[in-house]
Amino acid sequence: MALQETQRASDVVATAPAPNRPMRRLPVQKDWPTWAILTAQVGILVGIVGLWELAARTGFIDAFFWSQPSAIAETTRKFFTEGDAWTDISFTFRSTILGFLIGTTLGSLLGLSFWWSRNYAAIIQPYVICFESIPKLALAPLIILMFGLGLTSKVAIATALTVVVSTLTTYAGVKALDPDGEKLFYSLGASRWQVFRKLVVPFCLPWIISVLRVNIGLALTGAIVGEFIASQHGLGRAILYAGQTYDIALVWVAVFVLSTLAVIMYAIVSWLEGVLRKGTRQ
Amino acid sequence: MPVKVHLDQVGVAFTTANSTFRAVAPLDLSIETGRFVSLVGPSGCGKSTLFNVIAGLLQPTEGRILIDGEDATGAIGRVGYMLQKDLLLPWRTVLDNVILGMEIQGKPLREARERALPLLQRYGLAGFEHLYPNSLSGGMRQRAALLRTLLFDTDVILLDEPFGALDAQTKAQMQEWLMQLWSDFHKTVVFVTHDVEEAIYLSDVIHVMGTRPGRILESITIPLQRPRARSVSLTPEFITIKERCLALLTVPAMQEAA
Repeated sequence: MALQETQRASDVVATAPAPNRPMRRLPVQKDWPTWAILTAQVGILVGIVGLWELAARTGFIDAFFWSQPSAIAETTRKFFTEGDAWTDISFTFRSTILGFLIGTTLGSLLGLSFWWSRNYAAIIQPYVICFESIPKLALAPLIILMFGLGLTSKVAIATALTVVVSTLTTYAGVKALDPDGEKLFYSLGASRWQVFRKLVVPFCLPWIISVLRVNIGLALTGAIVGEFIASQHGLGRAILYAGQTYDIALVWVAVFVLSTLAVIMYAIVSWLEGVLRKGTRQ
Repeated sequence: MPVKVHLDQVGVAFTTANSTFRAVAPLDLSIETGRFVSLVGPSGCGKSTLFNVIAGLLQPTEGRILIDGEDATGAIGRVGYMLQKDLLLPWRTVLDNVILGMEIQGKPLREARERALPLLQRYGLAGFEHLYPNSLSGGMRQRAALLRTLLFDTDVILLDEPFGALDAQTKAQMQEWLMQLWSDFHKTVVFVTHDVEEAIYLSDVIHVMGTRPGRILESITIPLQRPRARSVSLTPEFITIKERCLALLTVPAMQEAA
């Protein structure tokens, strides 16, 4: 019986007509050589700049509001030779880096500290979440009033933006800790401080590192918004000032310088990440 | 033989908001120095709970733990404890994982490494000393975890299903390896397993445990000569013991069904 049934089943499979499907091949993407990629990239840039200049010269766009590449190039030269460009750059750079360092360090320490006591964590947590939900930039005018027009207020805004992200992410790391890992340490007679140093901190390091990139962007945003509101130096102030005086070319120059600054800081953070990650091996 | 570890009416109950759960009924258990003792039982019989109590990680509801006749209830760092998971730290090399116990006890790192290195080489981890755990196989990881426990330098080591997650072939290899370590280091070993055959093959004494509450149903001394060959599992004595253990382990289930 069983044998017959199997035979019948195989007959069905063998005699079923093949469905009429169109012939289709696996899509294959060929990688272009590096020079071709580079040429395309440069080509796009030249194209955009060229079209912009052309559109401004032919009157297709209003050069007064849009500015044009040739004017921007001239303003760049003036910006670096005549103005106090380096003062502004160093001001923005310093407030960003300081805010980034203070916010990240403080946040990581706060996040790690939640491991020490469940009660303490339960008490503090609502405050952290509350602070997270406040749009920090809305507090910026207040922070300027409290800390003055100088560097301190910009650092404070950058810190406020970065500290919460670091705290919550590090705390997520603390919560992901395997209780059995702690058990192992205690079974070896470890003190709480030893568990913290040799288990909790290295375990949470990947979480701490994962925030660095986000935080450098946030710190930069904080510093610039601070300069927008009230400042005597900085690229943010330069942008605002240029915009108010309709010096559109100068706005563009400041934006480009700012972008370059951001790229440099991302590079520094990537390097820092690499150094820290060496010690984790996850 | 003198008694190394003695549980004196040790019981554990977990109290939640609206109920009390009896994990382990008050029980007595004596483990003699240098013995290889196994606890065998179904899941939920309180084997791991007892281990946590002996290791000082859980305060018993009643009773005392005596180690060398001295009250060690709630004392940590008195016995080596290998949990089910290997718990190797991924950011440390095998060598630095293995010395963790010595490091925590405050031994200088250089000294600890010097002591561990020859042992790693002798006990099957040669060439792996400076690798990170993620490049090791399951068997190798268990070896490292066990050496970490041994190098903690306690007379007693607790092994909680160390080979539970390994395939049959690796498991057999690891059992041989454990037997060699045991005869080289002269430790008192308490071993938890689900696997009756493994327990008989390795042990001097088996304590068969039952559930609800966790308790010892019967203690069986294994009279088989050492060293034991693999083929010992085919001898009539072995099979008789195995049948006895299996009978003890299946009875409660049948009672429950009735």
